Amino acid sequence: MKAKNIAAILASLSMLAGCGKAKTDTVRIGVIAELTGAIPAVGASCRNGAQMAAQEINDAGGIEIGGVKKKVELFIEDSASKPEQAAGVAQKLINRSDVVAIVGPNSSSNALPASEIAEKSGTVLVTPWSTDPKTTLDSKTQQPKKFVFRACFTDTFEGKVLGGFARKELKAGKAAILYDVASDVLKTQAEIFKKSFEENGGRVVAMETYTKGDKDFSSQFTKIKSAGPDLIFLPSYYTDVPLQVQQARRLGIKVPFLGSDAWSSEDLVRMCGADCEGSYLLNHYSPGTTNPVTQKFIAAYKGLYDGAVPDDVAALSYDAFQVLAKSVAMAGTLDRTAVRDALSRIPAYPGVTGTIKYGADSGDPVKGAVILRIKNGGFAWFADVQP
Amino acid sequence: MIYFFQQALNAVQLGSVYALIALGYTMVYGVLSMINFAHGDFFMVGAFLCFIGAALWHLAFVPVLLLSMGGVTLLGVATERIAYRPLRNAPKVSAIITSLGVGIFLENFTLGLNPYPKYVPPLLPSLGFNAWGVSVSIFQLSTIGISFGLMFALHLIVNKTKAGLAMRAISADRLIVPLMGVPVDKIIALTFALGSGLGGAAGVMYAMAYPVIDPYIGIIVGWKAFISAVIGGIGNIRGAVLGAYILATVEIMTAAFLPSTYRDLITFSLLLTLLIFRPRGLFGKAEIQKV
Repeated sequence: MKAKNIAAILASLSMLAGCGKAKTDTVRIGVIAELTGAIPAVGASCRNGAQMAAQEINDAGGIEIGGVKKKVELFIEDSASKPEQAAGVAQKLINRSDVVAIVGPNSSSNALPASEIAEKSGTVLVTPWSTDPKTTLDSKTQQPKKFVFRACFTDTFEGKVLGGFARKELKAGKAAILYDVASDVLKTQAEIFKKSFEENGGRVVAMETYTKGDKDFSSQFTKIKSAGPDLIFLPSYYTDVPLQVQQARRLGIKVPFLGSDAWSSEDLVRMCGADCEGSYLLNHYSPGTTNPVTQKFIAAYKGLYDGAVPDDVAALSYDAFQVLAKSVAMAGTLDRTAVRDALSRIPAYPGVTGTIKYGADSGDPVKGAVILRIKNGGFAWFADVQP
Repeated sequence: MIYFFQQALNAVQLGSVYALIALGYTMVYGVLSMINFAHGDFFMVGAFLCFIGAALWHLAFVPVLLLSMGGVTLLGVATERIAYRPLRNAPKVSAIITSLGVGIFLENFTLGLNPYPKYVPPLLPSLGFNAWGVSVSIFQLSTIGISFGLMFALHLIVNKTKAGLAMRAISADRLIVPLMGVPVDKIIALTFALGSGLGGAAGVMYAMAYPVIDPYIGIIVGWKAFISAVIGGIGNIRGAVLGAYILATVEIMTAAFLPSTYRDLITFSLLLTLLIFRPRGLFGKAEIQKV
């Protein structure tokens, strides 16, 4: 009797574990999104963009694998915006859900650990939004990782472009910088901005920091105010920006703010109100563009998600997913290494956020960016910048 | 000099928020010798009640303040009744772990309702004026004013009422005082009510000053307030208030005159040094452990 019970339990456990046998009736693709935690709007956009791409592919019949059209099946996991959970769910997707490839995570702090797991297990990971140069580089050899790709530009590009823009277009002579010292990405953006701004003949008069979780920035802004800058570079996540800008305005700071792509959620404008009006930010794409591919995407997204305007994460996640699906179709097999080889050789893909094409041994696409300005409670296109 | 006064005003504002929360830690410790680690999350619930009152029900400032204080008071009393009272005679560690559990429950409960950070609309007119070069906002004045008012009210309750006398008596000796006919359960519930109510008020002050809130705000602010209570000598009410202003001043002034990157490093090095010389905090009394 006892042995029988144990056998029954073992049998049900092995059913839960999926017996470890590869399932090939669908194309299984994993999505890791920050659905809860510090940046839930980013996670939701990523999920929406990926789901929309999957739905479009399935409505068109699916992806042809070995002469048979197969539907795409999504496995969505929440990283809770925690590095350790991102690594955990990446492992789960690869071993348990048996996915061909993964889209996500988005924030670099999550994408880095997940990319290590993907690289080790030889599974393609395309991060839509992680701009940290380290995400696609091997930590030991500093050579590009083989299985890790991204759909966006890098921080190095971003800091450089913003520094030049602040000096040449906004004619700022003196800049102040406030950044989160606990975030690699934001620190890199701040440092490269400083370098680029100074190379263009500007002067950084204050470089202040804060730490993740801080809500009071009065001391730093009082210091910045007394340095008298023409502009403040603020590479912070969209949840911190409203607090920072409002506190600065209350202390009587009137100069414009310049933000990075970390600002890019419309939630920022909603939470910040009039205080953020007139600030600039760099972004991956602008909903105001005339590009027909982008306009078609925006219209379809609005139709699917009750009129919501897609943010950059949604657009990049959609692009990441489409590029991945194209490479699976090109490979014509569910073999993970074959998909990787196809992705690295993919012909220039006209995406929503610009053309995506990878170099021979690099997971970083070469693409441009846009500068937006906050106007009348929304993001308005201001300028296009190219690498 | 103007720069110094501006930073000093920033420090008093931040210190007032820390002080209101630190009082909750110190009162519970004083009466029960227990650290209620859920207190930071009580404060977070206060900030969310402020959001509900202000953004969803469109209440004015005073009703919102009463809503938050009332709601968090009930939460504190209920938590004590359900989670802590059954463990009163259990080892101290059990109660501390339970309080951590309550805190995590509150964070995830709030997170489960809606994970998005909330913007709390301003309840006070966004006015400010310039006093001898120092910009002063109405938010700063009201935070400081209301905190002082509440702390004074607490001082009166603890020192001038019969219930306050009972509270101080239990704090002095928990074994003998019940034998004198003091209703211990009621007094402990009252202690939780007062401490939590102040935490709720701090939630409102905080949501006014830093209007983007999320379910995790209680963690860091709670730590800082707890540290304030420890600096002052945990269990001592005056100590908690003083500790809060010391911590805020050191934090703000370090960032003001030294590179802000070293703020926490310098702040906490100073505090550790203080604790080496005054291990029980500024106002703490040495206790003799009876075996």
